[in-house]
Amino acid sequence: MTKDMTKDILQVIRNPKVTFNQRLKDMAKIAENSVELVRYTEKSREYFENGAMMDMFEGKTPYRTRYCVPDFELFLKQGSKFLMLEPPKDIWEAVGNLLCLYHNIPADGGLPVYIGCLDRLLEPFVRDEAEAEKAIRFLLVHVDRTISNAFCHADLSPEDTRAGRIILKLTKEMQRPCPNMTVMYREDMPRDYLMAALDTAMTAAKPSFANDVLYRRDMGDYAVVSCYNVLPIGGCGLTLVRLNMNQLPKLAKDPEDLLNRVIPDAVTAVCDAIDSRCEFIIEDCHYYENTFLYQEGLIKKDKEHMIGMFGFVGLAECVNKIMKLQDPGERFGHGAAADLYAEKVMKKMKEEIEKRPCKYGKYGLHAQVGVMEDSSLTPGGRIPIGEEPELPYQITNFIRMHRDCDAGCGELFPFEKTAQHNPQYLADILKGAFSQGARYLSFYGADSDLVRVTGYLVKKSDIERFDREQMTLNEATVNGSGASKNLHLLDRKVRGEEE
Amino acid sequence: MRKESGDSVVSCSAWTGGKEDIGKEMRAPVNKIIPFSAVDGYGNRTAVFFQGCNQNCLYCHNPETIQECIHCGACVTTCPAGALSLSDAGRVVYDISKCCNCDTCLKTCTNNASPRIRHMTSKELLEEIRAYLPFIDGVTASGGECSLRSDFLTEFFERIKKEKKTAYMDTNGQIPLWDKKELLAVLDKTMIDLKAGTEEDHRKLTGMGLENPVENIRRMAAIGKLYEIRTVVVPDVVDNARTVALGASLIADVPDVRYKLIKFRHYGVRSEYAGIKEPSDAVMEELRELAAAKGVKNIVVT
Repeated sequence: MTKDMTKDILQVIRNPKVTFNQRLKDMAKIAENSVELVRYTEKSREYFENGAMMDMFEGKTPYRTRYCVPDFELFLKQGSKFLMLEPPKDIWEAVGNLLCLYHNIPADGGLPVYIGCLDRLLEPFVRDEAEAEKAIRFLLVHVDRTISNAFCHADLSPEDTRAGRIILKLTKEMQRPCPNMTVMYREDMPRDYLMAALDTAMTAAKPSFANDVLYRRDMGDYAVVSCYNVLPIGGCGLTLVRLNMNQLPKLAKDPEDLLNRVIPDAVTAVCDAIDSRCEFIIEDCHYYENTFLYQEGLIKKDKEHMIGMFGFVGLAECVNKIMKLQDPGERFGHGAAADLYAEKVMKKMKEEIEKRPCKYGKYGLHAQVGVMEDSSLTPGGRIPIGEEPELPYQITNFIRMHRDCDAGCGELFPFEKTAQHNPQYLADILKGAFSQGARYLSFYGADSDLVRVTGYLVKKSDIERFDREQMTLNEATVNGSGASKNLHLLDRKVRGEEE
Repeated sequence: MRKESGDSVVSCSAWTGGKEDIGKEMRAPVNKIIPFSAVDGYGNRTAVFFQGCNQNCLYCHNPETIQECIHCGACVTTCPAGALSLSDAGRVVYDISKCCNCDTCLKTCTNNASPRIRHMTSKELLEEIRAYLPFIDGVTASGGECSLRSDFLTEFFERIKKEKKTAYMDTNGQIPLWDKKELLAVLDKTMIDLKAGTEEDHRKLTGMGLENPVENIRRMAAIGKLYEIRTVVVPDVVDNARTVALGASLIADVPDVRYKLIKFRHYGVRSEYAGIKEPSDAVMEELRELAAAKGVKNIVVT
């Protein structure tokens, strides 16, 4: 985005790399950003200016929440007056009703980031399995071709259902990036079903796995949406304001100063900004009152269901810079002192957030995975690509740094072909990681065409096509192309066949 | 790359069953530990590679694991990281914290050995891998030839069982396991090589006879302690169909045991044997069909 609006408009109109719908959205973003009506505090302005905080390009005049997580179960139960839909009686009506709702969700990007816990929603309608497969294929193809955004997320419950099996089978077969997918993992989930999910993950790079026990404890009835964001069902992630921790060392004298003065100051800046944006969305735009989702009870306007997302990136860079760490054995993810300090920083941040009264709903801490403009900036509290230690230590570090990320975090590992012959290998790692307190893990086969970029999925072949200036259906490809070059994402350490 | 097949040698004079320095705590030479392995048995396993082997296969994929160090000091001079030094007692000392894993020492060594060996007690070994325990099904002892350390393994596996993990051995089968009662009591499964199908082929390839591997396979299968047998398929060196026919006949009646057919690959092979051909996919498929026709249910080609 430049300062010259005419230039911006012409650029969007002429961009050969985007589809019509993407163009339309880019035009709307220019309009939205032409006025600035959110009332920020001095502290927030200071942090926007010094680069340690960003609004994630949500726009200067937010007229919708970032994420909207409707209660699809309730919707299927009661139908919708506004959409003139009766409760469905068979799987075709269920799929039809869901598609109608998907196209009427007011959230940033104009596309739903959550399309429901699909197996739970559809299992009651599965009578004939061949028929169900046809209907579910119809749903998945429609979602992939029209929502066309890998930030769109479907969940699967831990139960072994016919609907769940069909979804896994189709996901493996279709090899499409949208929707992204998460299985809510429980230790007591049927082994055979877990194996089917892992088998799909190794070929399709999805589903990923969420620690059901932990997230249920933190968020109640939850959904995993977009890039590992965790939100309550029937809730909204109103806005996501991100703390760029790699910028904090320049504001601090030394590690103690960063911990005791800068972190509290930065938390104030971010929480102020969240409150300001929420105020605009709720009070100025009357977001809730202006949507039938709220009128029909599919989203709720109460403390438990309104989440202001406090995002962070670059813990690794922050720690390495302030402690002046060069030696590979001493840097974040390797040195005991660095990791201990990093853990303290995370704890301090959580304490400060908890101390602070939230103007609307509550704050959720989210390990953000990055935006395409980032370079030399590691997602959340992860270890930088290229510096990963042995897998067990990487997982242990991931657990330590993300204990308080109630609004989501993720870590991902590419695996060699040899691991694909042995899904129990992944099952053991999952079980171990989750029993130790990991919140979320993704795996994918190193030779699969679908690649996780920073959290979302794109096809390697689409990135290549985009770089040759052809249109691709998936909007996230645009992000993926930039991100893969700036962050070396395709250079991740491959697991399972090391020596 | 992981090296799949890899055992060997010849001249094993007095193997002590792991009892180095009798009278002191038992120690064994550990060449390498792979924290998470997908190819060393059931599920995710920590693989521990012991130094020293009693076969000397022509195509050995990691010849540096065959012999123990003779402390000639040649590698101390070539190490670029200063991780190797010569002690006052004239022994090569290895500092793992300085090692950059460049393998210069292995290239320097003319003795089929490695200076990067740690002589560890079973307790030290357990502590070394403790952080991995939550994530693994168990450990696999490999080598070199791990059965040369059977007393040490008995002690180590006792500790592993106390941690409620499984204990596997990856062995060439040359040392009879069936009468090692204490070891068997703490051992869950073995994975045994079957490198050739005739006595002549086996001697030509490994320098040792076929009798013990076959008997180990039979006996371990009979007591439910055989996870898989492994055959490295090497064109022209041995009669691969004979090998697979023999292997299949040994395990066809034991449905849980799998047959792993491994394509010979050039990685790591000594230069004088680098001319050996890699088998084609068609050859591998023929052998798979042969094993299946003989009644083996679970066959993996890799």
